[in-house]
Amino acid sequence: MSSISCDMEMSRRSILAGGAAVATLTTMPAPAAAPVAPVDLAPAMTPVTLDVNGHRHTLMLDTRTTLLDALREHLKLTGSKKGCDHGQCGACTVLIDGRRINSCLTLAVMHQGDKVTTIEGLGTPDKLHPMQAAFIKHDGYQCGYCTPGQICSAVAVLQEIEAGIPSHVTADLGAGPEVTNLELRERMSGNICRCGAYSNIAEAIADVARGQA
Amino acid sequence: MKPFTYERATDPASAAAAVARVSGAKFIAGGTNLLDLMKLEIETPRHLVDVGPLKLDRIEDMQDGGLRIGALVTNTDLAANRRVRRDYAVLARALLAGASGQLRNKATTAGNLLQRTRCPYFYDTNQPCNKRQPGSGCAAIGGYSRQLAVIGGSDSCIATHPSDMAVAMRLLDARVETVDPAGQVRAIAIADFHRLPGSTPHIETALPPGELITSVTLPRPLGGKHFYRKVRDRASFAFALVSVAAVIQRDGNGRIAIGGVAHKPWRVEAAETALPRGPAPVTEQLMAGARPTRDNGFKVPLVERTLAAVLHEARA
Repeated sequence: MSSISCDMEMSRRSILAGGAAVATLTTMPAPAAAPVAPVDLAPAMTPVTLDVNGHRHTLMLDTRTTLLDALREHLKLTGSKKGCDHGQCGACTVLIDGRRINSCLTLAVMHQGDKVTTIEGLGTPDKLHPMQAAFIKHDGYQCGYCTPGQICSAVAVLQEIEAGIPSHVTADLGAGPEVTNLELRERMSGNICRCGAYSNIAEAIADVARGQA
Repeated sequence: MKPFTYERATDPASAAAAVARVSGAKFIAGGTNLLDLMKLEIETPRHLVDVGPLKLDRIEDMQDGGLRIGALVTNTDLAANRRVRRDYAVLARALLAGASGQLRNKATTAGNLLQRTRCPYFYDTNQPCNKRQPGSGCAAIGGYSRQLAVIGGSDSCIATHPSDMAVAMRLLDARVETVDPAGQVRAIAIADFHRLPGSTPHIETALPPGELITSVTLPRPLGGKHFYRKVRDRASFAFALVSVAAVIQRDGNGRIAIGGVAHKPWRVEAAETALPRGPAPVTEQLMAGARPTRDNGFKVPLVERTLAAVLHEARA
């Protein structure tokens, strides 16, 4: 994790497992190798540079590292949560260039140079994001485990509606979607809340949309 | 997850060559299905070629009035595209009926076509599955099969194709454009793209290893009213028990394709001539030869009832 200077040129064509890490590979198949040997490869390390909440970080990561694990285990940004680790619960939701994704279902190495925003980048205890303030006002959580993902998702939902992206419940594909309770519920379906705070979450998001948070 | 090496692709043909060069290599785009399966060690690629950097994320008008959709166009962007919403609404509706907002932001057009089944026995590595481990048997047959196929299955496999998007693509007669490791390009009719399981359920598409999807094309618009009606256990974020994609013209003629019932989007063109006569004669032809299990016999009447709802709405 120490400051590795990542030469961007290296990422252009090269096999990123290249460099020193290749020396550790025990069974790297030769080009045009025939059948797969039944022996596992050794872990392959690769440098990745991420812009997280406005700070640039270069990490040397096992290629298997998900973006979520890079954030939590390497950058110690533990706001994003690991729930199911299979893209079903939404607790790991972060924003990439403003778009919400499940950070558990993507590799850190696939985000070279991307701008990542986590719950820590949306607001701070002293300077809450309006969506964070609205969740507090409306009691949009109980245990709080899903909350960072809910809030990141909710911020993106309002941007998606603003951008005219339709949803399953949008009646007219030709007209812009509106901020209705039905739209918010459908659009938040990728964020599960085991405590069942859904109705308050929807109220919190609606408040932000109305500019009342 | 098993270790793997990783490279970023620079152009489609060399990406295809890179996958062909390393045994056990795979393309990765959105990764929402592949990484899920890699965590469970159902997929164990030794090398990943990330096609994300390829500029295959555009939607372009074609000279014949059709549309060319880049392989990497996300499900969100495709559903939100102005022309898709106006001229191919059935496709927009199908996309929006699938997955969650987060997943649609990552999932790509090509990856959606290539996603693997959600059969619980495919996912459970303690169970035999001919798709996961050829020759091991099928635990789904005689097992818990409520979600699984009622038609087109075999004694080797009764898995369904999980995609909603692919059902609409089948309805629209899309074509899948590819490049192979030698740089040769071809276009495959969507009807020929997905296979029935037969005795080789692990071979799911017409693509040999290393052939890369570069785009999907749609013929010029059909007009008519567009529907995608999906029946599932939850109101959102669940796979279909049955879905009906339909384009119905003013005179009652049209096209239908069914999801959730087979190893591929299910369409029988000959059955569509019965559409003006109502759902029963259509379903009779469409589902002829259905072999439901003890658990999923409800799907055949559910196809007819879902189609009835669509045709009712089309007349409204």
